[in-house]
Amino acid sequence: MSNRVLMKGNEAIAEAAIRAGCRHYFGYPITPQTEIMHYMALRMPEVNGVMVQAESEVAAINMVYGAAAAGARVMTTSSSPGISLKQEGFSYIAGAELPAVVVNIVRAGPGLGGILPAQGDYFQATKGGGHGDYRNVVLAPASVQELYELTVEAFNIADRYRVLTMILGDGTLGQMMEPVLFRDEEPVESFDKSWATTGTQGRREHNTIQSIYIEPDALERLNSNLQAKYRRIAEREVRVETVNCDGAEIILTAFGTCSRICKNVIRQAAEIGIKVGLVRPITLWPFPDQAIAAAAGQPSVKALLDIELNAGQMVEDVRLAVNGTRPVHFHGRTGGNLPTQQEILDKIQVLARS
Amino acid sequence: MEEKIFSRTRGLTGKPFHYCPGCTHGIIHRLIAETLSEMDILDVTIGVSPVGCTYNNYEYFACDMVQAAHGRAPAVATGIKRVHPDSMVFTYQGDGDLAAIGTAEIVHAAARGEKICTFFVNNAVYGMTSGQMAPTTLLGQKTTTSPLGRSAAVQGYPINVSEMLATLQGAVYIERVAVNSVRNINRAKQAIRKAFKVQQANLGFAMVEILSTCPTNWGKDPVSALKWIDEAMVKQYPLGVFRGQEIEVGD
Amino acid sequence: MSRIEIDQDRCKGCGLCVHVCPRKIIVLQQDKLNARGFHPAGVTDMSRCIGCAFCATICPDSCIEVWREGGKA
Repeated sequence: MSNRVLMKGNEAIAEAAIRAGCRHYFGYPITPQTEIMHYMALRMPEVNGVMVQAESEVAAINMVYGAAAAGARVMTTSSSPGISLKQEGFSYIAGAELPAVVVNIVRAGPGLGGILPAQGDYFQATKGGGHGDYRNVVLAPASVQELYELTVEAFNIADRYRVLTMILGDGTLGQMMEPVLFRDEEPVESFDKSWATTGTQGRREHNTIQSIYIEPDALERLNSNLQAKYRRIAEREVRVETVNCDGAEIILTAFGTCSRICKNVIRQAAEIGIKVGLVRPITLWPFPDQAIAAAAGQPSVKALLDIELNAGQMVEDVRLAVNGTRPVHFHGRTGGNLPTQQEILDKIQVLARS
Repeated sequence: MEEKIFSRTRGLTGKPFHYCPGCTHGIIHRLIAETLSEMDILDVTIGVSPVGCTYNNYEYFACDMVQAAHGRAPAVATGIKRVHPDSMVFTYQGDGDLAAIGTAEIVHAAARGEKICTFFVNNAVYGMTSGQMAPTTLLGQKTTTSPLGRSAAVQGYPINVSEMLATLQGAVYIERVAVNSVRNINRAKQAIRKAFKVQQANLGFAMVEILSTCPTNWGKDPVSALKWIDEAMVKQYPLGVFRGQEIEVGD
Repeated sequence: MSRIEIDQDRCKGCGLCVHVCPRKIIVLQQDKLNARGFHPAGVTDMSRCIGCAFCATICPDSCIEVWREGGKA
């Protein structure tokens, strides 16, 4: 194909994975991300890869666990209720320190919910829906181009640190079509996988992959090592975009689809004389608290306004980052509804006048 | 002139088993390990440990091992085998792991004809968690969650996994054996070898269900427990081949 | 002469070997306790051993090794 292609977000994710060297995909249908699996069903055989439609999302994440243990670059994708099912698997992947990529195309919840976009899985993704002390790296793309680039990057981060890396998209991003400019070649770094269970081939001692440590000291050592790893990731892998923040009166915080709406609001606000900036986290974990604190700490800033497709999740981390130096307000929509630019502008006007 | 005719197998790491005295998991581990060694496939084998009494048998088998979440071993094995199709992959699972929480995974791995071997150890009770009723607990059998004896009206009926999976076309070899006598142990080893041969020949999914004892949770001494397999278990779980009788694997 | 050796430290005194020996020459030694607190199995009269290896076949803990007069059948 040519390098510039009009693609659906879901398809861009799938193509990105293949270009990143992923040859094993395990999935299960759920709206609004099933196109990823359809694309893989056609494309994986073309590259001699494997696509298995598992019997459930639970089975799929355990297939990912096995394939990752065997040293492969592997991915599964799902949407909110399916991601809930995978939480035990995430905890096992964290405890066994396996690299894996998971995509959540978030839909509205809770429960069976709706099939329209939402951001209600932020807590689940960043605070851990699975048991125990662990973290997943969470990336939040805001365009189809970013879905492609961050999916490729997710495989590198996963292998670099032996950590589960999640792409937290939403139904809008998964379904929208935008032009994607592909790189000629993806830089696939090589990573040492001598720990993987590939069969000893008579050349080494046998490897085991497990996450159970009955001795408390041994398990505490694992936990200390994991925390040290997460600190390294937090030092090196924060990604954030700031727009128009210098000297702004109101700082918006938003990720994914909401950030696109906010970028339009910045222009509208300028037209009526209010300087509005945006801090857009691209990594939700590790969270860009320093960038938010820096933007909020400017003398010009009156308040922050956090915009999400949920009842208020990332706003808690924004408040922690701001640490009481400025008021942090929230505006959210749920159920699959999106906020209009006017709603957000109305709130900005109230805050700017106060 | 004497000759050593029975040695410890190099298929086991030699670490002493933590299982109860007389628990026949130990026999089954040894049979699998001996087979891997005798077929010279130890170096290309990757096994999957379950959750249950044998949760840590990754410490006992001298090959690469991956420990799986409860019930998910067939899915984990699927992931491994799809990455390394030339490897030999087996799962080792108990009756809770395979027949309760893992029912979907075993059915679908078998239906897909995943080229793996599953060794299903049926001792009619949950051992590790101290003796609860299993899907394979016999009617009338007393357990910590059927203290008055399993009643069909209250707790339903036991599940015959081998017969059930034998309806699936992808499951090309299914046999039920027992390890409660030397004769049965020898037959069990032949079945284990056949299962690995089936995988080597890429024919499809193979499972050996192995009737095993749990002296501790049956409340019996080890020898009485061996006898209970003949007295009670085989009446519900007859030994025999349910699929793949005609498959010849040679030596 | 056929003979067996039973690892006295690994043995859990389960008695399965006692049960299957066709010559009835294995007993759990009541006058011995190993470090695990079991009465390990032992042979009363090795001269009667026929090297059938039933004991080793049923031992769940790989405690027994067997030598047979005249080698494998």
